Amino acid sequence: MTQLDGRVPSGPIAEKWDRHRRQLRLVAPANRRKFRIIVVGSGLAGASAAATLGQLGYQVDCFCFQDSPRRAHSIAAQGGINAAKNYQNDGDNVWRLFYDTIKGGDFRSREANVYRLAQISTAIIDQCVALGVPFAREYGGMLANRSFGGVQVSRTFYARGQTGQQLLLACYSALARQIDAGNVRMYPRTEMLDLVIVDGKARGIITRNLVTGEIQRHAAHAVCLATGGYGNIYYLSTNAAGCNVTATYRAYKRGAYFANPCFTQIHPTCIPPHGEHQSKLTLMSESLRNDGRIWVPKRKGDRRPPQEIPESERDYFLERMYPAFGNLVPRDIASRAIKRICDQGYGVGPLGIGVYLDFSDAIKRLGRSTIEQRYGNLFEMYERITGEDPYEVPMRIYPASHYTMGGLWVDYNLMSNIPGLFVLGEANFSDHGANRLGASALMQGLADGFFIIPNTIAHYLAGEPMQPVSTDHDAFAEAENEVRLRIRRLLQVKGRRTPDSFHRELGRLMWDNCGMIRNREGLQRTLEKVAQLREEFWENVNVLGSNEQFNIMLEKAGRVADFLEFAELMCYDALHREESCGAHFREEYQTPDGEAVRNDEQFCYVAAWEYQGVGQKPTLHKEPLVFEEVKPTVRSYK
Amino acid sequence: MKLTLHIWRQPDRNSPGRLVTYQLDGVSPDMSFLEMLDLLNEQLASSGQDPVAFDHDCREGICGMCSLVINGVPHGPLQGTTTCQLHMRHFRDGDHIYIEPFRAKAFPVIKDLVVDRSAFDRIIEAGGYISTNVGSAPEANTIPVPKEEADTAFDAATCIGCGACVAACPNASAMLFVAAKVAHFAHLPHGQPERRRRVLRMVEEMDRQGFGNCSNYEECEAACPKEISVKFIAEMNREYLRALCSPAADQV
Ligand SMILES: Cc1cc2nc3c(=O)[nH]c(=O)nc-3n(C[C@H](O)[C@H](O)[C@H](O)COP(=O)(O)OP(=O)(O)OC[C@H]3O[C@@H](n4cnc5c(N)ncnc54)[C@H](O)[C@@H]3O)c2cc1C
Ligand code: SF4
Ligand code: FES
Repeated sequence: MTQLDGRVPSGPIAEKWDRHRRQLRLVAPANRRKFRIIVVGSGLAGASAAATLGQLGYQVDCFCFQDSPRRAHSIAAQGGINAAKNYQNDGDNVWRLFYDTIKGGDFRSREANVYRLAQISTAIIDQCVALGVPFAREYGGMLANRSFGGVQVSRTFYARGQTGQQLLLACYSALARQIDAGNVRMYPRTEMLDLVIVDGKARGIITRNLVTGEIQRHAAHAVCLATGGYGNIYYLSTNAAGCNVTATYRAYKRGAYFANPCFTQIHPTCIPPHGEHQSKLTLMSESLRNDGRIWVPKRKGDRRPPQEIPESERDYFLERMYPAFGNLVPRDIASRAIKRICDQGYGVGPLGIGVYLDFSDAIKRLGRSTIEQRYGNLFEMYERITGEDPYEVPMRIYPASHYTMGGLWVDYNLMSNIPGLFVLGEANFSDHGANRLGASALMQGLADGFFIIPNTIAHYLAGEPMQPVSTDHDAFAEAENEVRLRIRRLLQVKGRRTPDSFHRELGRLMWDNCGMIRNREGLQRTLEKVAQLREEFWENVNVLGSNEQFNIMLEKAGRVADFLEFAELMCYDALHREESCGAHFREEYQTPDGEAVRNDEQFCYVAAWEYQGVGQKPTLHKEPLVFEEVKPTVRSYK
Repeated sequence: MKLTLHIWRQPDRNSPGRLVTYQLDGVSPDMSFLEMLDLLNEQLASSGQDPVAFDHDCREGICGMCSLVINGVPHGPLQGTTTCQLHMRHFRDGDHIYIEPFRAKAFPVIKDLVVDRSAFDRIIEAGGYISTNVGSAPEANTIPVPKEEADTAFDAATCIGCGACVAACPNASAMLFVAAKVAHFAHLPHGQPERRRRVLRMVEEMDRQGFGNCSNYEECEAACPKEISVKFIAEMNREYLRALCSPAADQV
């Protein structure tokens, strides 16, 4: 084990980023064209990075697996994006956004990164408005805000329930402009399958063209991964069907450290599953908790329709348990409370997994049209999926996998332990600790892509004497060969089970044992079971067709194979962290009334894991977390 | 439910395709249309048959990746709904369902139900943006935008780029898609400086990509899962005329 250094600049927290930028090396405009940068991913983080680097004059190659960069999973974000503008004059400021994010993350994130994020937040809104994002506005023409996810100020900017869509389309348009200008080459329907390292530095990637199957080598001076999160490890999640861990996992196998993989966020308000063939779960934005009240019947197994259950026989359990925050407690707390109450038999709906989210009081108070204004499209979406009208019948919700705080380890410059490999957005671990606050992922993706990486990557490029590397280099040949071998192996198993069926089984296993609530015994058992499942996969998976075609089974099989290895990493991390913090709740570490017990003495660090081989226990490296600005307190929302 | 599916199968762009009939049992009314296809694929794969390729990602009606012409209608029978949000409760036991790809010269088939819609990206690249460099944006509230204008811009900006409008149009015109983007920026003060150049370049690119003309059938609006209004097409026509006639301050 070594101690990792996050390379946080010195000085008072409010001045760190400015001071740091004064010291960062620059690349002169005329020299930028000599550098090629690979950006994998076209979500908020990837598209904003590629567009900004292109604008600066670097030669950028950008990749995504969808048919267009505009379809990256960021498009699905609903609720909003935070910024410390204090337009509402309600006492908000940079420090408060910083504090809320640190506290929300249960004191497991790096102070300096979070502070910088809060500082940059305001410029993000300026940039997005200038790019044409039609944010919600007041009648006077000024930007509107709402309060979101467990904070006491209104700092969230939104575009109806489609904030992610509007932000991504803005980034996509900026990207399109750079493609038009010849600064960015876009590779849609292309999947990165390996990272290429030359002389210890990240110098390229190997990709597969998803239409033709062509395996390609791409060389560059630096590689940015902005490939999103791995929430689909659970099979059922609110993530898009294609979200996967492949890019970051393959980088991990090449030596990049994976940090806090067990920190996965389970979102409280999703539409409950309907049955066995469920393919994904749909999020109902957290903003609904501003006006909706969560309840279950007081009597176990009460099967009456909700309208027939009188007020006195309803248990508004979040309001009862957390009087100060009520329905607005942070996600992890709400999710666990919902799971527990359903486990105790109070759940509603056909499968008994669900609680009511009821708008009748809000409709009475504010009128239907106000509710329609605020949540119209969410209500429609709910009705489309369930066939029930939430204006008349309370919604039913249940937690689902939503976001992954864990990701590749990066330093303050967003560079991993492999020089030249930068990691942005949800793919890195940096800002959300053990639990992410609502409306802060969009903020982080854009901070990373628009404002941080352009500065820090220049510093790297200007400082490193780099040999020109062509794709003929042995390292490329070797990586390509491995990719080809793996594809061949997948095609040659010719077993009896589909990749999907393995994914479903793995997802169930992880959901039950490494999901909202974990314990030692369950994790140990899961480690064994995952190994067995992986073995079965390589003996019994059925992948039809060939590599040289559009092959959906092959695509899926490659991703499931990586999940089957990555699952172990998650379990090792969850097992080693003998405390409950944020979204990581270990049954052994709780108070008598079921609240998390954090252990700052032993676990106030980032756990960064180094690959040692498939099925081998990875090596742990620690980055101690030092809190100079805030004192870790018990995170109480009572 | 038990269904008879007639699905377009085509191995690749250059091979001919045809409709193939499949029987599918065990479909639940709560399944989404794509979950129904997942079920079919699971069964096909288990019996060694090539599963049906179709595009999808978010499965919640926002990414624009899913497509399909269902019984002759892009995204199927339900108004304002993408294929991924269509649920089987809108079909009946014993139904025959015809499933085909979006068809247009500008959208060649890649495999089965998957088509190439990159022509849309090229139209956006030709001007569907506001040229603001990162770092140069003014404080966000310095330019007020009347709520009605912001709302109209938003209504246009909700286009998910799915291409159903093209598939529905007898001329395979992309007017609704292009109009939505042009209107989005035309309703915002930030979009004004490039207004003229934008519409000229985007329309020119649209023609170059092989999309047809608009003859006001309005099938596009009916098929659009985001219910983008054809009024934006009228707006774009005005924008285009004005751009042609106005002095070339920001000449293309
Ligand atoms: C339903 C939902 C609602 C949300 N709502 C909010 C919200 O209101 N506010 C908020 O702040 N956050 C929200 N989030 C979280 C937020 O949307 C995401 O964390 C964020 O958008 C991630 O952005 P990203 O750029 O890091 O990754 P993504 O947007 O996931 O992009 C990943 C990109 O990487 C590409 N990629 C991945 N792997 C490969 C590979 N191997 N090869 C090539 N390309 C690859 C993909 O094609 C894609 O372009 C929400 C998330 C979900 C699921
Ligand atoms: S206008 Fe409607 S139908 Fe056409 S691409 Fe946009 S969302 Fe799809
Ligand atoms: S799959 Fe995203 S819109 Fe249908």
